[in-house]
Amino acid sequence: MEAVKEKKEASKNPKKEAIIVIKGLKKSFGKKDVLKDINLEVDRGENVVVLGKSGQGKSVTIECIVGLLIPDGGSIKVFGDEVTDMNDNQLKELRMKIGFLFQSGALFDSMTVRENLEFPLTRVLKMKDQHEIDERVNEVLEGVGLVDAVDKMPSDLSGGMRKRIGLARTLIIKPEIMLYDEPTTGLDPITSREISELILNMQKKYKTTSIIITHDMECARITSDRVLIMDNGEYIAEGTFESLQKSKNEIAKEFFKDIS
Amino acid sequence: MAEQELELTGWRKWFAEIGDQGVFFTRFFKNIFKGGFEWSEFIRQCYEIGYRSMMLVGITSFIMGAVLILQLRPSLESFGQVGMLPKTLSVSLIREIGPVITALICAGKISSSIGAELGSMKVTEQIDAMEVSGANPVQYLVVTRILAVTLMVPLLTVIGDIIGLAGGFLALNIKDSVSYTLYLHKCVDSIDFSDFLPAFVKTIFFGFAIGFVGCYKGFNSNKGTESVGLAANSAVVTASLWIFVIDAIAVQVTSILFYK
Repeated sequence: MEAVKEKKEASKNPKKEAIIVIKGLKKSFGKKDVLKDINLEVDRGENVVVLGKSGQGKSVTIECIVGLLIPDGGSIKVFGDEVTDMNDNQLKELRMKIGFLFQSGALFDSMTVRENLEFPLTRVLKMKDQHEIDERVNEVLEGVGLVDAVDKMPSDLSGGMRKRIGLARTLIIKPEIMLYDEPTTGLDPITSREISELILNMQKKYKTTSIIITHDMECARITSDRVLIMDNGEYIAEGTFESLQKSKNEIAKEFFKDIS
Repeated sequence: MAEQELELTGWRKWFAEIGDQGVFFTRFFKNIFKGGFEWSEFIRQCYEIGYRSMMLVGITSFIMGAVLILQLRPSLESFGQVGMLPKTLSVSLIREIGPVITALICAGKISSSIGAELGSMKVTEQIDAMEVSGANPVQYLVVTRILAVTLMVPLLTVIGDIIGLAGGFLALNIKDSVSYTLYLHKCVDSIDFSDFLPAFVKTIFFGFAIGFVGCYKGFNSNKGTESVGLAANSAVVTASLWIFVIDAIAVQVTSILFYK
């Protein structure tokens, strides 16, 4: 399929530093080539939204970035280091700088919200001072507006609340990069919008670089600096949300047809 | 790593499974000696696995002890050897029936619950979330559970043996009148170190097999709700099979070492 590249509205700032650089990424499952030739650069502080139909390899890309999946070919450099060559300790260090929000929130069922939030602090950052831990927990809970839920179990939370707590848990270690896997899937439009705005606010507050995988056009509109459209294991269109609205690409048109 | 399994069939699949178990065992073994042992989770698991299984093991052992006496009585009576009942019960209970019955109960209760719990955590991406946060899911989930089961099954067996002997005492007193001290004296007198030690040692292996199989099946279940049930079911079947295999090996080793 012919790749369509939309010119970015904003001119390239030479001072920008690409902290995620993916070149020629390939990944297959059995006989299915999920990622064919992925090339992507994400600058520090940038919010990149990846749109695409289900099963096109959007989530696979971000799972390769954190080393959850091993690619079959290509290169992934994060902060200049090659992820595919990293050993367990190097991966662990890298993951301390990356937050990953799963589609389901992935809260630990057997723990309260407080224990969920304390988990990365005590296990990953090895924090021991309970006062400092409490401060961090309160800070992120205030950020997501759920201070009252601190002693609740995940089963007592609604879908939107689970996503917020999931976001709080990833932000509590103050990551430099945030990877969002369909953060608004399964939520009503109002809650989806709230989550999208929260993502943007948190990005401003913590100055993170983000890749957001979504089908939700409202989420893409609110959060994106740049949008990529993925189809059949490749990026077929790239540009700002506004520029892609005018794209001639058929798949891009399908995505944007209901956007006024 | 959340790698998709290759499509293997027959013997190749069986060998691949053995290889996977070897890798899983290596990961478990390495993580035992890594710093930061999860003591609080280990103690919680000991409580969940040990204390919460005590009632079931106790009732079953009590009934087994009583039934054995009631079943043995007519046979021994025909030889005029009713006085041998306490000895026959204690030897058979402590050497074989106590350990195997307790282990089978634990395989049904503990191995399945571990398989289902970890399988469910896998499906809901909780294990992946733990891994991408930089925490060590093997150390937190696997090491604690396997070690807790390895410790608790021998203790449950000892408790089960004592309760089984109590059941036997009650059953014996239905038709006969035997004092508690005489019964206890006859039981203890007939038990040798060579009866107790091999039986105790094999329960450690039973415990390890139950914990290991439950964790392996749960940790490696596929991503789908159906796989949670399959993991639980497969854990029970495999753990039960391992108990009989270990028992058969233990009998041979015990015969060589103690009954030349």
